[in-house]
Amino acid sequence: MRSILNITDLSLEELDQLIATAEDMIADPKKYSEVCRGKKLATLFFEPSTRTRLSFEAAMLELGGSVLGFSEASSSSAAKGESVADTTRVVGCYADIIAMRHPKEGAPVVAARKAGVPVINAGDGGHNHPTQTLADLLTIWRNRHTFEGLTIGMCGDLKFGRTVHSLVGAMARYAGVKFVFISPEELKIPQYVITDELEPRNIPYKEVTTMEEVMPELDVLYMTRVQGERFFNEADYIRLRDTYILTPEKLTTAKEDLIIMHPLPRVNEISVKVDDDPRACYFQQVLNGKFMRAALIMKLLEVNV
Amino acid sequence: MIIGQIKDGIVLDHITAGRGMDIYKILELDKLDCTVALIERAVSPKMGRKDIIKIDQAMDIDFDVLGYIDPGITVNTIRDGEVVERRQMALPERVVGVLKCKNPRCITSVEQELTQEFKLTDRKNQVYRCIYCDHKASK
Repeated sequence: MRSILNITDLSLEELDQLIATAEDMIADPKKYSEVCRGKKLATLFFEPSTRTRLSFEAAMLELGGSVLGFSEASSSSAAKGESVADTTRVVGCYADIIAMRHPKEGAPVVAARKAGVPVINAGDGGHNHPTQTLADLLTIWRNRHTFEGLTIGMCGDLKFGRTVHSLVGAMARYAGVKFVFISPEELKIPQYVITDELEPRNIPYKEVTTMEEVMPELDVLYMTRVQGERFFNEADYIRLRDTYILTPEKLTTAKEDLIIMHPLPRVNEISVKVDDDPRACYFQQVLNGKFMRAALIMKLLEVNV
Repeated sequence: MIIGQIKDGIVLDHITAGRGMDIYKILELDKLDCTVALIERAVSPKMGRKDIIKIDQAMDIDFDVLGYIDPGITVNTIRDGEVVERRQMALPERVVGVLKCKNPRCITSVEQELTQEFKLTDRKNQVYRCIYCDHKASK
């Protein structure tokens, strides 16, 4: 029995396998429509997140399985003060696999130790969000058919953006990758991401404050939302919220085959005028996320086609 | 200055100068009934200055804790006035139940019955991270 709490829990070979499964599922969904018949997925969302929860549930339903769970802590025993360990131990008696989101960092580690069934981290505070990264990787793969040699720009909230940290961890394992971190001083990428992921592998990176100065060199532009709930101080949030907005004008110097990504939901950091640009891939990411979650559920349940 | 030889006990040698009192407190040596000598800033040909702790009684020592605090320490076990074992400390892979995660967003900040556990992630820079949230431990 195995859980996935961090994207680096998966080897590069396993990522390749998941991508291959997802692509096969996209090509022939019928082949997969009954593979999880009789299996139950529990979605334990201690923090609201409609899209990630629905993505997991849609993935399981498309595999022929069933879903149960809760969508906020107030409708679970957590509201009565039950610990994560106890909640997941109980749910492990009902379900075959758990997808869990929790506002506290590391909560899925506790769940994985106690549940007795595989646990997938569906986001733990500002820490990790491995299945978003799976969606991101499939999106890059389907547009470029390689991960090697890409220059990846990440823009916005790089300090609290868990999707950013997970994607850096995943992409840093491929040869020839370069990173460009675009953020205000207050929301810079944490030093540990640089010292743990990039420096030991001598991966080139630079930190800048505007996207215009680096736009022509990017193969991927990963935009993020400045999330209000990650701030202790609301005044800081309001001051920084509108700092980095992508517009068609800023894209005039970008490569023709740039991939524009965003984990969604967006507030206003990508103008809706960019949505019709063929380089905008953020809604593809949503669909890709469902297929990669389905592939991961199959892998952890050891289900084969 | 002369500190007497011990017959049966433990000598913690090569403690980084200034850390002796921290180790004295963490190992709770004040709770022992025997003689304990803390020697601070002793002259050392190898280290310049070092601290030494002599404990006039056999006792179990948590080597992981000691290795985490000061990996350069040598633990000498004395029996009948002779050194019978000399053990060089090293950075442990895990430190359990000693440090507390200071990240306010960590699950351990709200579920306090969880065992605090840190893993070594960077041996060169002696970096330990919380196994739950990956927050860096501070000594």
